[in-house]
Amino acid sequence: MGMAAAESQQFHVLAVDDSLIDRKLIERLLRTSSYQVTTVDSGTKALEFLGLRENDDGTPNTPSVSPNNHQEVEVNMVITDYCMPGMTGYDLLKKIKESSSLRNIPVVIMSSENVPSRISRCLEEGAEEFFLKPVRLSDLNRLKPHIMKMSKLKDQDQNQKQVIPEKIENLLEVQKQHQPPPQQQQPPQIQNEYPQPQEEAQVQPTLEQQQQSLQQNNNNNNSNSNKRKSMDQSLSPEPTDRTRPRYSGIATVV
Amino acid sequence: MGSGGRLTGNRLQGVVGGRRGCNGAEELARAGACEVTGEWKSRSPVKTGLPLWMLGLGADLLWADMNRLLAFLFHQGVLDEQFLQLQQLQDETSPNFVSEVVNIYFHESEKLLRNLRGLLMEREFSDYKKMGIHLNQLMGSSSSIGAKRVTNVCLAFRAATEHNNRPGCLRALEMLEHEYCYLKNKLHELFQIEQQRALAAGVRYPVQNN
Repeated sequence: MGMAAAESQQFHVLAVDDSLIDRKLIERLLRTSSYQVTTVDSGTKALEFLGLRENDDGTPNTPSVSPNNHQEVEVNMVITDYCMPGMTGYDLLKKIKESSSLRNIPVVIMSSENVPSRISRCLEEGAEEFFLKPVRLSDLNRLKPHIMKMSKLKDQDQNQKQVIPEKIENLLEVQKQHQPPPQQQQPPQIQNEYPQPQEEAQVQPTLEQQQQSLQQNNNNNNSNSNKRKSMDQSLSPEPTDRTRPRYSGIATVV
Repeated sequence: MGSGGRLTGNRLQGVVGGRRGCNGAEELARAGACEVTGEWKSRSPVKTGLPLWMLGLGADLLWADMNRLLAFLFHQGVLDEQFLQLQQLQDETSPNFVSEVVNIYFHESEKLLRNLRGLLMEREFSDYKKMGIHLNQLMGSSSSIGAKRVTNVCLAFRAATEHNNRPGCLRALEMLEHEYCYLKNKLHELFQIEQQRALAAGVRYPVQNN
């Protein structure tokens, strides 16, 4: 569970749960899916890790961000248990969404209780997904759309830091606004599995294919500049091994 | 009669020796002493004097044993598909994942069970809320490893606490301790077979050292 360096290409998830067993489980699930994982056992520690300092007077102002911490560690997603002593997962969600620097980080809530009002409250507060415990590998597949979205945005940020082969360097200089080819970095494992219009990550692109894929990216991502996408893309229905309510941002739970 | 039990060979059977019945706290105390060890019993239908695993046949038979035990536990509702998830998460990069998680579970659960019993045994007991907290923890971790029967008893126990029903809680606790002991014994059995199988497979397919 090392700290993610700013130049790491892997998707870094912060998992928050007061139960040791559940931490072990979620860590293993995420590692198996090739994400980088850090686990903490409380909401307070999660906020510390994210570089957030709370206001002592408890005012609803945006908490100040400690600049050093935030630059050292980059977190791409937070997955948290709902029921925790002290700061609940819901409180943590609120704090993250209230923070100007952190509100773009997708937050997933896990709970062992299937309480519809709880679920809708979390989704309304901005949670990306709500998982019922025990969490399974098939649940993580539901995260893929969010991760694909985040890794594209990550690519944009890290445009300058990449080592780019000569043959496409010109191309990228011309199209500086658009994303670099995903093939130039270590892609998370899920990129290969997730059904997408783009080509397979493993194939070494020729210059023509490169142009094509960049054009495809342009077409697919018309809201590149929006950090926070609206929940209007439907999730592809993944076969799950058991029926369970599928809660995403688009669902309205009564 | 006489000295309690025989010492067969150089081994004393641990918890599993003797009767399989449970009487709650006593059994729990004995169960606490049981650890996953590397000991195994040799079996050989043919009197060659060699244990099966050395004959290279052990691995397959043990594999069948393990599956039989697993199937039994699933059929009895002791374990559910979440346990299979745990097994699926175990691989070369994390070869002891299941036993690691299960040992943590044992450690935590025994603490919680002791707390629960301690609370209920209090003369002036009234802290149902605190019991509920312990119960929720136990229920959560039991469900996370696929211990279905234990989880279900926790549910019934929780209902009793919500009704401030002390005798109901006591009954539920007894049942919980029983189910937990049974689960622990069975999982130990499972791990023992797994270890034997690994040994046997190692003999047949020597590990390439990098």
